[in-house]
Formats: sequence, C-alpha cells, structure tokens
Amino acid sequence: MAGVRAMRRRVISARDLVKTYGDFNAVDGISFDVPAGESFGLLGPNGAGKSTTMRMIGGVTQRTSGHLDIMGLDPEHQGPEVRAHLGVVPQQDNLDEELRVRDNLIVYGRYFGLPRAYLEQRADELLEFAQLEDKAKARVDSLSGGMKRRLTIARSLINEPKILLLDEPTTGLDPQARHVLWDRLFRLKEQGVTLVLTTHYMDEAEQLCDRLIVVDKGKIMAEGSPTALIREHSSREVLEVRFGADRNAAVVPRLDGVGERLEALPDRILVYTDDGEGSLEQIRNRGLHPVTSLVRRASLEDVFLRLTGRSLVD
Amino acid sequence: MKALTDDDYVLSADERPLGALYSRNARAVIERGARVIRSQNWIILVSGFFEPVFYLLSMGVGLGRLVGAVDGPGGAPISYAAYIAPALLAVSAMNGAIYDSTWNIFFKMHFGKLYQSMLYTSLGPFDIAVGEIALALFRGFLYALGFTGVMGIMGLITTPWALLLVPTSVMVAFGFASFGMAITSYMKTFQQMDIITFVMLPMFLFSATFYPLSVYPAPIQWIVEAFPLWHGVELMRQISIGAFSPATLVHLAYYLVMIVVGLAFTTRRLRALFLR
Repeated sequence: MAGVRAMRRRVISARDLVKTYGDFNAVDGISFDVPAGESFGLLGPNGAGKSTTMRMIGGVTQRTSGHLDIMGLDPEHQGPEVRAHLGVVPQQDNLDEELRVRDNLIVYGRYFGLPRAYLEQRADELLEFAQLEDKAKARVDSLSGGMKRRLTIARSLINEPKILLLDEPTTGLDPQARHVLWDRLFRLKEQGVTLVLTTHYMDEAEQLCDRLIVVDKGKIMAEGSPTALIREHSSREVLEVRFGADRNAAVVPRLDGVGERLEALPDRILVYTDDGEGSLEQIRNRGLHPVTSLVRRASLEDVFLRLTGRSLVD
Repeated sequence: MKALTDDDYVLSADERPLGALYSRNARAVIERGARVIRSQNWIILVSGFFEPVFYLLSMGVGLGRLVGAVDGPGGAPISYAAYIAPALLAVSAMNGAIYDSTWNIFFKMHFGKLYQSMLYTSLGPFDIAVGEIALALFRGFLYALGFTGVMGIMGLITTPWALLLVPTSVMVAFGFASFGMAITSYMKTFQQMDIITFVMLPMFLFSATFYPLSVYPAPIQWIVEAFPLWHGVELMRQISIGAFSPATLVHLAYYLVMIVVGLAFTTRRLRALFLR
C-alpha cells in the first residue's frame, strides 16, 4: 500500500502554515501532504484550527505565513482557478435561503461559469444522488437538517470537483442520515475524488480516512492511518470502569499495575490493556467492584486523550 | 463519471490583472440577484420607491403651500415642490446606494453567509463587488424612473432635459456605492455600522436639500460644498429645469473622480472585506 501511495501525485502540499488573528495563533505551523485519491482527515476538538486550515486551502482566508500548493497552484494567488476544481462543504450549511432547492444547485453552478444547459441536467442528477428529487421546488428552510446537509453536499459536487473539502460533514445528523452520507462519500472516493475532511467524531475518522493528522491548538500532534495511530498511541482494548463520581479518584492508586496505563476521568477510569476481560478480573480480585464496566476496542478518542490529556468533544 | 487519474490533478492559470480576486464572472452574481428579485415579494422592491415620494408629497405639497415659489438654479422662480424634487431624488440615490453597499453587504457577510458560499466557488471578491454594485445601480435606476414619472404626473417636469435625471441619479448612486464597500471593510460590529447613519443624516438635512445654500455663513457653505450630496443635489436641480452653468461641469467632475477613487479604494480593501 505504502508503495502505491508514494507513486501518486501530491495534490495538496502544505508547509508551515500559520494563521494569526491578533495575538492568537489559530494555525501554528502545520505541514502535510495529500496524494491524489486519498481520503485525508483533520481530527481535533473545536477551535483546534481545522476549519481555518480548510479555508486556507480554498484561498478564502489569507494565511499569515507558510506555503501552500494545490494541484500546482497557490490558492491565494490563483484562487478562482484552484476553487474551480474544489468542492466545499462548510461546517454550517450556507445554502441560499432566498432560492428554491433546485435553483440553489443551478445558481451555484453559474458561479463556476458553467453553462445553463449542462447545469439543468447536472442538477437533476445531483438531486437524485442526494435523494431530494421530490424537493426540487421546495423552499430551503422547509428542509430537515439531514436534507440540508445532503443538498449542501450535492451543491459542492456541481462542478465535478477533484478535491472535496468537508468540514464536519455529519455534525448534528442522526445515525441513519450519517450512514447515508458516508455511503455517498465512499462512492466519490471510488471515483478517484480526493477527500479532505475535518471531524471530531472518532468513528467517522476511522470509517472514512485513509490517513489523518490529529490537531490541537493549531499544531499537529500525530499523523498516520487510524489503525496505526491506535496501535502507536493506545492499547488494543480499553476497559472503562465507574466507581461513582466521588470514588473514581480514590480508587486509582489501588489499580496500580492493572493494564498498561490508567486514565482517570471525572466520571470513569480508563484502563488501557490488551486484555480487557483479564484486567477486569484483576480488579475484582483486588476486592474492588465497579458500578459499571465496559470492554471496548481502542479508538481515536483514546489516541487523542493520550496525546493531549483532554477528551475530544467537550 | 470516469474515475480521476493523476493527470487530472494538474492545474494551470493565466496571468491577468486581479487574477486572485476576479474570475470575470460578475454576471453570475447579477443573475442570482435577478432570480431573487423575481421570486421576491414585490412590496419589498416597491417600498424603496415610496420613500422619496412621501417626502415630496409632505414637504413639497404640504410645506410648499406655506413657502410658495422660490428661486430656481437659473434665478427664475419655481414652485417649492419643483425645487426639492430633484434634491430628494439625489438623496434617494445616495441612501439606496449606501444601504446596498454597507448594511446589505455587512449583513450578507456576517449573517446571511451568502458571500461565504460564493467565495468557495470560482468567484472572487471583485466579481461579487461588481455584481452587487450593478444590482444596486439597477434598483436605483428603477426607483429614479418611477420618481421622475411621479414628478411628471405632478406637473414638475417642464423640459426634456429632466429625462437626464434618471441616468444622473444612477451616476450619483455609483459614486456612493463605490465608496460604501470600502468603508464597510473597516466595520466589525453593528455599533460601528451606526456611524454611517450618523454621517448620512446631517448630509441629507444640510446639503441645500430643502433650502438654498446661501442661508449659511460662508465657512459653513464651504464645508457643505465639500460633501458629495450637495454636488448631487445641485446637479439634479440644474438638470430638472435645464438651467446649466460652469458649475455643472464641476459637479459632474466631482462624481467622476469620486467613482474612480471609490472603485480603486474598494478594490484595495477587497481582501480585508471578504478574505479574513
């Protein structure tokens, strides 16, 4: 796999990106490369600098310093040319509320200078893709959250983008709507579209990303494939035990030696271990009886916690 | 759709002026505006037309009865309504253009998120600025046409020269709109936006709109003469009765310079306005 990836052309190349607002560094020296056709993730909590990085890629935020190469061009100097081949799904839907559903697609396509005849046909295809055929003439504000999200994604595809930027694509969607969306994104990936997405959902990153960077406070904390990151920064399994909010901290010293590492959170204790059931047995043998216990696979959440000492979604 | 290969991922760009800010597609912004106007409630569009008409009816007809005839630009007496009508048209052109290039832009920028979505397409800030100014001027043109019609119905039009009120009104609007966006680029909050109203209101009241400039002492006159609205008011007043003087050229030149400087200023501030 690594060999194949190395052969593919780099379509995004970022070097030492910095964005400063006043004396606050939203992005503080980020470097990464994305090869063609890869699905690349930026993982991190709110305010980590993910969206700002995305905006710099689109050339709609001026970077304070650093270099950026998108398909051979600098988006700050050739913004219109770069964005002609980008599809963007922003964090908050910014559909045109003054236009009907289908007109949203057509007018957006006109912004790319695409001919009307092409757009009429493309709009119908995309309404089908987004399962919104019967909403073509509806007002945007009458759509549900999931429908709006799908329309925003359909809109981002109007110009057949080569790189699709998705800023927290499934935030606020119910599980069913998320799975529909993930399915659509997989299809695009199969067509060779490069996906760049930000998320603070671990399962989403594990599902969608070939490779990702973990970002916190504008800096890269770790980089790799989801499985490699979990292997490197976590154990195979995680045992979660709860002794009640007032007792968790007091119990921690008595768990010394159980598993590879302990993480005491206000509401629970995480035991990083390769054998969750075994560790639970050990705890019980010490005469401790947690109120609840749960053995699960390690996830990127654990990686993030390990790297920053903080939980991701707070 | 055919699967993408590496060769699809190579872009090139030509070198052209304002290449980073302009994709020569302001037309798409205008098209969007036209589509919205067409689907909009007509009341919203028409409401802007009534503002100067109401002023004309209350001040021109109501107050005019007390005032009687006044001296027009050439010295010949004209009715008070005929005296203030062209001034009201200039004020309306100013108000409309300033509203469209400040509040409207500010709102769409920070709350409507319209520009956020536009800027993620091929469009650049310059396309948006040109498109929005064009839309504002088109609306101004419609209002000017309507108001001139009302003047005609009220018998305030006595010369074919008065037809030039319509394009001149658009020119006055252009002057203000070209500056408005640049000014908006410095605004961060609603409170700051109120400064605009604070400048506009006195300009409306004191720019010889309702009475001649000669009522002021000379130093005040100079101050008023420095402001753009006075030039607009005087120019429109001269055109309305076809009484021209060398000053006409000064007023015209004032606006041409204002438009050129305003556009240059706005173009310089586009990055600050849109690409934060």
